[in-house]
Parts: sequence; C-alpha cells; structure tokens
Amino acid sequence: MADREIQFNVKRQDGPEAAPYWEEFTMPYSSGHNVVSALMYLREHPCNANGETVNPVVWDCNCMEEVCGACAMLINGVPRQACAALVDDLEQPIVLEPLSKFPVVRDLVVDRQRMFDALLKIKAWVPVDGSWDIHRHAPLISPNEQSIRYLFSRCMTCGCCMEACPQFQQDSKFIGPAPFAQVRLHNSHPTGSFFNPDRLHAIMGEGGITDCGNAQNCVEVCPKDIPLTDAIAELGRQTTIQWIRDLFVR
Amino acid sequence: MATKPKVIVVGGGVGGLWATIRIVERNVPVDLFSLFPVKRSHTCCAQGGINAVFDIKGQEDSVWQHIVDTIKGGDYLADQPPIRSMCEAAPGLVRTYDRMGVTFSRTPEGIMDQRLFGGVKNRRTAFAGATTGQQLLYAADEQVRACEADGKVTKYEEWEFLSVVLDDKGTCRGIAAMNLNDMTVHTFRADAVILATGGLGLIFGRSTMSTNSTGAAASRVYQQGAKFANGEFVQFHPTAMKGHDKLRLMSEACRGEGGRIWVPRTPGDTRDPREIPESERFYFLEEWYPAYGNTVPRDVASRAEFRVVRHMGLGVGGQDIVYLDLSHHPRAFLEARLGAILDMYRTFSGEDPYTGPMKIFPAMHYSMGGILVGFAKDEQTGGMQSIHPDNHQSTIAGLFACGECDSAFHGANRLGANSLLSATYSGMIAGDASVAYTKGLKNGSADTADRHFESEKNRQEEINQALISSDGTENPFALHRELGELMQEHVFVERDNKGLDKALEGIRQLRARSARMRVDDKATRVNQSLSWARQIQDMIVLAEVIAKGARMRDECRGSHYKAEFELKIPEGKFEGDPEFERYKAKWKANNEKWLKITVATHAKDGPKIDYRPVDLSVLAPTKPRDYR
Ligand SMILES: Cc1cc2nc3c(=O)[nH]c(=O)nc-3n(C[C@H](O)[C@H](O)[C@H](O)COP(=O)(O)OP(=O)(O)OC[C@H]3O[C@@H](n4cnc5c(N)ncnc54)[C@H](O)[C@@H]3O)c2cc1C
Ligand code: SF4
Repeated sequence: MADREIQFNVKRQDGPEAAPYWEEFTMPYSSGHNVVSALMYLREHPCNANGETVNPVVWDCNCMEEVCGACAMLINGVPRQACAALVDDLEQPIVLEPLSKFPVVRDLVVDRQRMFDALLKIKAWVPVDGSWDIHRHAPLISPNEQSIRYLFSRCMTCGCCMEACPQFQQDSKFIGPAPFAQVRLHNSHPTGSFFNPDRLHAIMGEGGITDCGNAQNCVEVCPKDIPLTDAIAELGRQTTIQWIRDLFVR
Repeated sequence: MATKPKVIVVGGGVGGLWATIRIVERNVPVDLFSLFPVKRSHTCCAQGGINAVFDIKGQEDSVWQHIVDTIKGGDYLADQPPIRSMCEAAPGLVRTYDRMGVTFSRTPEGIMDQRLFGGVKNRRTAFAGATTGQQLLYAADEQVRACEADGKVTKYEEWEFLSVVLDDKGTCRGIAAMNLNDMTVHTFRADAVILATGGLGLIFGRSTMSTNSTGAAASRVYQQGAKFANGEFVQFHPTAMKGHDKLRLMSEACRGEGGRIWVPRTPGDTRDPREIPESERFYFLEEWYPAYGNTVPRDVASRAEFRVVRHMGLGVGGQDIVYLDLSHHPRAFLEARLGAILDMYRTFSGEDPYTGPMKIFPAMHYSMGGILVGFAKDEQTGGMQSIHPDNHQSTIAGLFACGECDSAFHGANRLGANSLLSATYSGMIAGDASVAYTKGLKNGSADTADRHFESEKNRQEEINQALISSDGTENPFALHRELGELMQEHVFVERDNKGLDKALEGIRQLRARSARMRVDDKATRVNQSLSWARQIQDMIVLAEVIAKGARMRDECRGSHYKAEFELKIPEGKFEGDPEFERYKAKWKANNEKWLKITVATHAKDGPKIDYRPVDLSVLAPTKPRDYR
C-alpha cells in the first residue's frame, strides 16, 4: 500500500493570547512511528493537508522514552506522552491538542510552571545538612517500604493527572493530584519524615487535600501507574492527625 | 574582588545540579540555565546504576579495583589522578544520594543493594529499580529546589546558551543566551561559568540520547577557543532497539542480570526465535569470550555483533538485528529487576520481552571526548587536589566544564555505570573549583566593560537575523538526517581511512550547505526551527573534530577501531610464548606512538589536531587487555 497515509488534525495556537485553530496534516505511512517521530517528519516537511506551506507545529519533547515528562499532550482526547503513543495503535485522523489545564505557549507547548511551583510549596525534598559525605547511609529501609516509595518516586511532572482531574482548573486554587504523591514519598523517608508537619501544613489550607473530589480520574491516566489515590487517602489520615496535634500545640 | 561573586551554571543534568549545590553551599549565588525545566534533563534516561565500592557482596571488592577497572576500561587514555580521586569519592557520593532520599533497591537487611554491570567482575553498581538516572536527577533537582526556596538559585529554564562573553584578555565574564519563548538574545554577567550541557549523540543522527544531546553548546565554546579532547572516542552501545526518532537503549543491566545475546546459526532462519532449539543458536559472546561471556565491555560486544551481522551474514532476517534474550528468567524476577526497561521495550516495539528475545543492534551512546579540562595533582596522594581552580577549568580562563560534555575520566571507553558517577563527581569538583577561582580574581565581571557584552549580543542577533531572513534552500532537519547517515556510515563501530576521508569530505559539503539554510518557521515565539538551525551548524563543526581525530589515529584503542591497524592476540598463546611476546612488543611500540590525548583547536578551515601525553602515574600499562 504505497499511498497509505497517516492523518493528523492538530489544534494550533500562535501564542497565549491568540485564538486557536485546527489544521490537518498527512504524511506517508511507515510502520513503527509514534506521535513524536511523526511530528519530527512534519517539521521537516511543514506542509498542511491542502498542500500549503505553513509554520511547523511546535511541541516539547526530550527523552523520547517516557521518562522526562515533556511531551504530554491530548492525543485523541486522552492525556498521554506523545513519544509512547504508537501510530499503529491510534484511530485516525489522530487528533492532537495541547493540555487544556495549563496556559498555551504555542501550538502543543504549554506552561506547567505551576506544577514546579507546587513542588516548592510542599517542600518536596529530604533536608540534608550538606552534600558532603557524613560517612553514614540513610537509615535502613525495608525492601518492602522501598518498593512502595519507588512507585511514587517516578513521577515525571508530566501533568496528565492534572489534566484529568475535574477539580484542577486554570483558575482554581486546587494544587492537583501530582504534588500529593510527592508529599507521600518524602513523608515516608526516615529522615524526610522529620519535616512532615511542614509538608502537611502546605496541603491543609485552601486548595489543599480537602478540595479533592475523589473522582479518581488521576490514577486512570497516569502513565507511570502512580497510586495517586492511595497517596491521597494516606495523606487524608496524616493531615487529620496533624490537625489534632496542632490543636494541642496552639 | 570588590563585588560579591556570582557563578552561572549552564545545564541541569546531574552534573550541573551538583555544581549548583556545591556553589550555593559556599554561599555564592547561582544563575542556572537550561533548555527546559531541569527535571526533564537527559540524565533521566539512565537506567542501570551508579558505581561505588561498598564491598557488600562477599567478593572482596576494593576501591583500588574500581580504579584499575576504570583505567583499563578506558585503555589508559585518561589522566589517572582524577580517576583515582573519583573512585575514592564514589562511596561518599552514593551515600549522600541515599541521604537525599533516592529509592535505591535494597537488600533484605535494608541497605543499598549492588548489581553486576558489564566490563567488571564484582557487584559494584547501586541502582534504583531500572530508573537510576531519573532517581538521582530528581534527588539533585529537589536539593536545588531547596536552594531556590532560600533564594540562592535563580533558574532560567527554556533558555538556550549561545556563547560565552570574553574580555580583552580572553577571560570568560558571562554568557549570551536566547529566551526560547520570545527568541530574544540577552547577556548575563558572571565571575565563572560552568558548562554542563551533556553529550553529543545527535551528531550521529539518531542515538540512545535525548534531544538536548546535540553537543551544540560545547561546539560553541570550542569555536570561541576552548580546546576539545579525544573527540574520536565515541561509545557504541551494543543493545539498542531501532526507532524513527531514537535508538532506545536496552540497559546493560539486561546483560548483567543474565541476558544472553545470540543469532540463529543458520543464515536467514525465519522461524519464531522461541522455536529455535539451543543447539541451533549461536551464543557468540559466550563462545568467543568464555571468561566474561555476555558481560564483555561494550566495545567488544558491539564489534562482535557487527562481525556476526555484517561479516558473517547472520543478522536476524538478514537485517541489522541480533537477539538479546531474557526469557529464560521467571517473570517475577524480571519485573522486579528490569521492569521499567522491559516495559519500555514492549511499549515502543509492541512485542513481549518476557516470553521472547528482543531485537537489538549497536547505537551511538556516549561521548568520552569533550571539552579539555585541567586538574591539580596532589603529589602526596597521587589523586587530584579536592579544591583547586585548575580542576575542570577549560582552556578559556573562567570557563569550567563538567558532566558528559567534559573529556575527563573515561579515556578511550567508559565502563557501564561510571558516568552518572563522573557527572556527579565532576559537578561537585567543578562547583568547588569555580568558587576557588572567583576568590583569586582581582577584578570581577562587574568591572568588565559593557562593550564586550554589547558586541557579543550583536554578534548573536546577527546570526539569528541571517537565518530568519535567509532565502536559502537547505532544510535544517534534512541536513541533520544527512549528517547522521554520514557519521553512521563512516565514523561508526568499524572505521577505515578511506571511509573517514569520505566522511570529512561530506562534512565539508554539509558545512557549506548549512550556510544556505532556510528557516521555515516565520513566527517570533517558540521558534524551534530557528534554534535547531543554529544547533545543526554547530553540530557539523564538532562532527569534523570527531571524524578528523578518527582519521588521524591509526590504531585500535577502546571504542576506536580500525581493522587495518588491529594488533591481534595470537590465538591460544599466552604470556611467555614467543609469539605472544612478539605481539606484546608491537603493542608497546604502538603505545609509544599513540598513547596520547587528542587535542583539537578550532580554526576557520577545520580543526587543528595536536596530542598531549597522558598522566599515567597511578597505573602504567604493562600488559595488553585480554578478555579471553
Ligand atoms: C539511555 C541511556 C542510559 C544511560 N544509563 C546510564 C547508567 O545506567 N549509568 C551511568 O552511569 N550512565 C548512564 N548513561 C549516561 C549518563 O546518563 C549521562 O552521561 C549523564 O546523565 C550526563 O549527565 P549531564 O549532567 O552531563 O548532562 P544531561 O543530563 O544531558 O543534561 C544536559 C543539560 O544541559 C542543558 N543544555 C544543553 N544544551 C544547552 C544549551 N545550549 N543551553 C542551555 N542548556 C543546555 C539541558 O537543558 C540539560 O539540562 C546513560 C545514557 C543513556 C543515553
Ligand atoms: S503522577 Fe503520573 S500523571 Fe501525574 S504528573 Fe506524575 S507521572 Fe504524570
């Protein structure tokens, strides 16, 4: 089938303030393409389905193996990593849209700074005295606990769970699901846990954990199968205990 | 210095992040530049692990053995005092990662586990599931975020480094960078600059690397006068799967955990691999190298695959493919040890690696060469002084380099799991060195005349303008594809001088054509085509450094292989045998001629190549490598 094609319908936008528009593209079929490799073909041949030369579609990507989190977008309506979306598995025309919960920068590129700001807010790190060697390891961690922590440590800040969450909106205060996984992760580290109250307080106020509507969409879409709802349930308990503690300390 | 010092770090992989942490610990503020949020850096691709000797597997492992393995693995082509210091520092660095919360895999007793990796005989590699690089990157990213919370780090993410700003004496006083949102050029002052911009895999078109690994930043400072060392030494990884966008790595851990490499003994065998009986499978690594079997070093494995496919015609289905098989292991074991890697294979190929073999072939994977950096030797210990302004400083005063973009530690080849270590260690050392350097400065960058910054800004804006307004015919993405094809044809696993001459000729043509590029994107925001067009010009310059170094080096060493100059070990002969002794004499003579570091200096008509001696003060070569 020499004339088999791959068809795309792409939602484009020239800048944050510009109006979005749709544009169709076609390219010759070849097996083994994913959405990133197809976009690479299209940027080399920036010609729309009407044969007009247009500005190439822009998108973010780096690792091309689903660990950096850069290339998340809506593919046929589902938030996922473009590099791991095999063309052969997708219905055509393949519809590409930028994630809708973040401001569009241009075409498929969105600004996810809000997610990094959240990591700052929740203090997602294990405080250390310094980077120098203190001639000791971290305290012992059981293989079982390690394997649970490992699940959470793979969050690549891609934003798919945020996109799927009905409570997380561009103009809502809700911090969104991904940061909760990081609170859960750092709170379970033997020395990270010394600072649990700080992290818990960061998710106890407005926009925090009580704003979760329990829709459970987040776990459905997470490409890393991160048990987000487990984290949220666990943190529900931890914040309640913290709330009671705070009553006595006050 | 009258004003308070400031350092710029370019790049936020583990190298740049460790440099940042160290500088902040010494109370100097950092401006950190990266093409995208640093958490997305290429380091996240590293799967297998990081080397550090803890000797917890009853194998009497030692730091000395790690030093010896690193030196020999690099075929003696790296200065040895830094290797010694790096291996000595490794356990401390990995302990620090552990304290930072890295989810290292554990032994039943709850301490960090260690696994086997290619090229060594001891279990020395700490790992976090199959995503060690991601975990180490995140730990460093989190610590830098803590520094950010304290107001000590300012991040410039989605900015592209374009050049360093030099004063009249040629000292580095800052950088020029482009905001990748509105494509405007700005200059920034700094008393020292650290480049931590990663590898250069994209010069080979597709590789195991990420889109940030173009080598463009290193090329830019090379064109401004920094010397580039050992460019011809490029590691080809023996186990990568094919793809239109990249050649995805199947980690060395696959071999470490018992993966077996084979092809059907009958050429063109079309049977389902699962139906081919043991006796009809050719486990060529096990047969040819019984002592190491499937865990021979990467270059040995890559060439063996090449030989089996290209010379013996045994490639699976007549293609550039051999099998990497783990399907003899129980599923639960594989899921626990290699889950992420095998899932990736399934995701990107659509085939199941738990029940059948994977299809792989060698791919460009790591650049041992890079920006030439110095070190201050410690005569007492034989290592390098831990804090000294010479450490990791390039040949441009005030410009440092760390991580994969520098040329230290790995010589002619890199051991698996040694580069997360070298990126971490060199980041630490370069960070400390940059602060020591600023302390010795009489005048800071605040005293540098504005005109240096203005003229650099103008120069960069002119490059942009020329590309945007060009009515040329050359497509920057097509040029990149052609560059990759050329490099994979002639500057790959096996090299010969005829082919290298063709490569050099082809590169010169590409360079001429790159002056006639057209940028299809006419937008003024997020213009990725403009950014790419600039990068491809710089990649072509480094490609010439790599190809010319390879052309001139008439020997086989580490990853650099020219059949014509191979000194073959006489089969079945060992030390004491006259035939073996004759071979050894030839090997010695070759070392006298070629055991020296290639140093490239930029010139208008192409790189000028010189050589300098290697510091062999820790372990001088006495015997050739022998993996039989
Ligand atoms: C698939 C794969 C698996 C690997 N597995 C292992 C392993 O198991 N063990 C091991 O030890 N090593 C491994 N390696 C090697 C190791 O991952 C790398 O050598 C190491 O991560 C390099 O880190 P780095 O800090 O030098 O650079 P990178 O992580 O590549 O980061 C480069 C940084 O520079 C920035 N940058 C680049 N250019 C510019 C510019 N012009 N302007 C501004 N910023 C710029 C980028 O934004 C990025 O932040 C692996 C490599 C690959 C490809
Ligand atoms: S939790 Fe999952 S979906 Fe959400 S940002 Fe992290 S990796 Fe992406």
